[in-house]
Amino acid sequence: MATPEPLIALAPLDREGFARLSARRLLTLAGIGMILVGMIFGDIFAVFVLHQNAAHVGGSLASAAQAAANGDVAAVASHFTNTGGFLENRGTKVDTHVHLIAFGYLALLLALIQPWVKFSEAGRRRLAWLLVFGAVLLPVGAFLIHYVGLAYSPLRSIGWASIFADLGGLLVLSATIGYMVGIGRHFLVRAAFPSDKLRSDRSAAARWLLAGGLCLILVGFVHGAYYAGSDLYRHEEADYKILSQLSSAAAAHDQAQINQALGDYGQLQGDKAVKIAAHAHIIEFGLLAMLLAFFQPYVQLSEIWKVRWAGVLLCGSLLLPVCVLLEMRYGLVAGGIADAGGLLVIVALLAMWIGILRYTGHVDAITSGAQP
Amino acid sequence: MSARQLLLLGGISLAILGMSYGLWYAVFVEHQALDEIGRSLSSGFQAAAERNSVGAENSLLLYRQAKYVYDRQVDVHGHWIGLAMLIIVLGIGFDHLGVPEKIKQMLAWALLIGSTLFPLGVLMQTWSHGPLPRAIAILGSGLVITALAGMVLGLIRRQNA
Repeated sequence: MATPEPLIALAPLDREGFARLSARRLLTLAGIGMILVGMIFGDIFAVFVLHQNAAHVGGSLASAAQAAANGDVAAVASHFTNTGGFLENRGTKVDTHVHLIAFGYLALLLALIQPWVKFSEAGRRRLAWLLVFGAVLLPVGAFLIHYVGLAYSPLRSIGWASIFADLGGLLVLSATIGYMVGIGRHFLVRAAFPSDKLRSDRSAAARWLLAGGLCLILVGFVHGAYYAGSDLYRHEEADYKILSQLSSAAAAHDQAQINQALGDYGQLQGDKAVKIAAHAHIIEFGLLAMLLAFFQPYVQLSEIWKVRWAGVLLCGSLLLPVCVLLEMRYGLVAGGIADAGGLLVIVALLAMWIGILRYTGHVDAITSGAQP
Repeated sequence: MSARQLLLLGGISLAILGMSYGLWYAVFVEHQALDEIGRSLSSGFQAAAERNSVGAENSLLLYRQAKYVYDRQVDVHGHWIGLAMLIIVLGIGFDHLGVPEKIKQMLAWALLIGSTLFPLGVLMQTWSHGPLPRAIAILGSGLVITALAGMVLGLIRRQNA
């Protein structure tokens, strides 16, 4: 499976561009690492938290409606406080998942454009560390918001965890602006684009990932446009209408109507969630496939295995969103297959990351004078 | 400016715009917006418990408006940054497209303009419920889809060549 490819590893340009602790290497390994952690976190969240949390939210809403029907104002407020807590728990975990992955993508992007950043290697490396630090701080801060709350906070509505999360965002923003300045300097001196093996790779795996990724993104955008045209406003209208019916039914103490509205509301939230998740995931996976296409020269696996892992990644990237969409119709079966699709993406990504680690080990061995 | 330069500089500018917007939003708007959503929903049901149907209706209308604005503000942040990353990736791999530079320029401009307009139209919907913001969002997303379809064709042409 993992045949060494000395021709790739020994190329002098790559050895320089991917040298020990270089900005590009740091951003590449940290970027794929963040995407992997973000995806595994997302899977754990989906299996162990998401559905249970949705049940808690539904239960709290049902209890609030029941309390309203009984005329118990204090109990209504208490149930909504609980609902707020469940929603915050869910929201901050989604934020952790989304930001880890997005920052991983950003790190990979910045790794790709390193040859165009007109700073010294030390300067680029400092910016890379700044980005990685901020990119870890924000999701960790977001994750802790629910648990830390407003304890010892100097502000009325923002807790320490949120402050640190915002600081993380600021660090990422600063590092990105720094790289932008470096690229601006490159363009200002009208320097030619330096040759870069990563951009010129035409291997089968790279071509599959690039074309497959772009197709996934196109499908995702078309689906998003369809969703915006056919479902978005209908969903928003239904959200308000059902809650209004629920409140009226509670005021009228109409138990049958309360149950009907609660059932409709759960159905609506499910429909919304699967459509948005399918749209977001197919585009995210498409972008990931395109990014990974450029890093194939650094994946030290045999060509056939690179193509196989590219295929596995693309299959999983299509399987997950399609099965998520089918969850409303086929329930847990579709959900299970969607999770398997997510697992395929994670395994393929892990395989490529290991391939890149093998490559970096090879470069380190050369740099330290060992025989390749 | 070549198509690649356009996409790289445009993409990074858009990413910085999206991140700055997200940072401003997280610090100054998000918590207040979530509080408003929770408070208005809770008030609606408390009013229902008091058998105050007008109060309940008014609170739920406030909830609807707050949620409408919140959903769009989050969408704007996500779409600007997501599209920016896509633009940068496409800029890096633009020489994989089997089309002349003139077509590449057109595709790059369409993608960049569409990616700026689409979230801007969504953001404008929080200020005005008229047809203009919706038209801008539709125009933007149409440009993005057209440009992406053109790029897929360019990639296929290159692979077949």
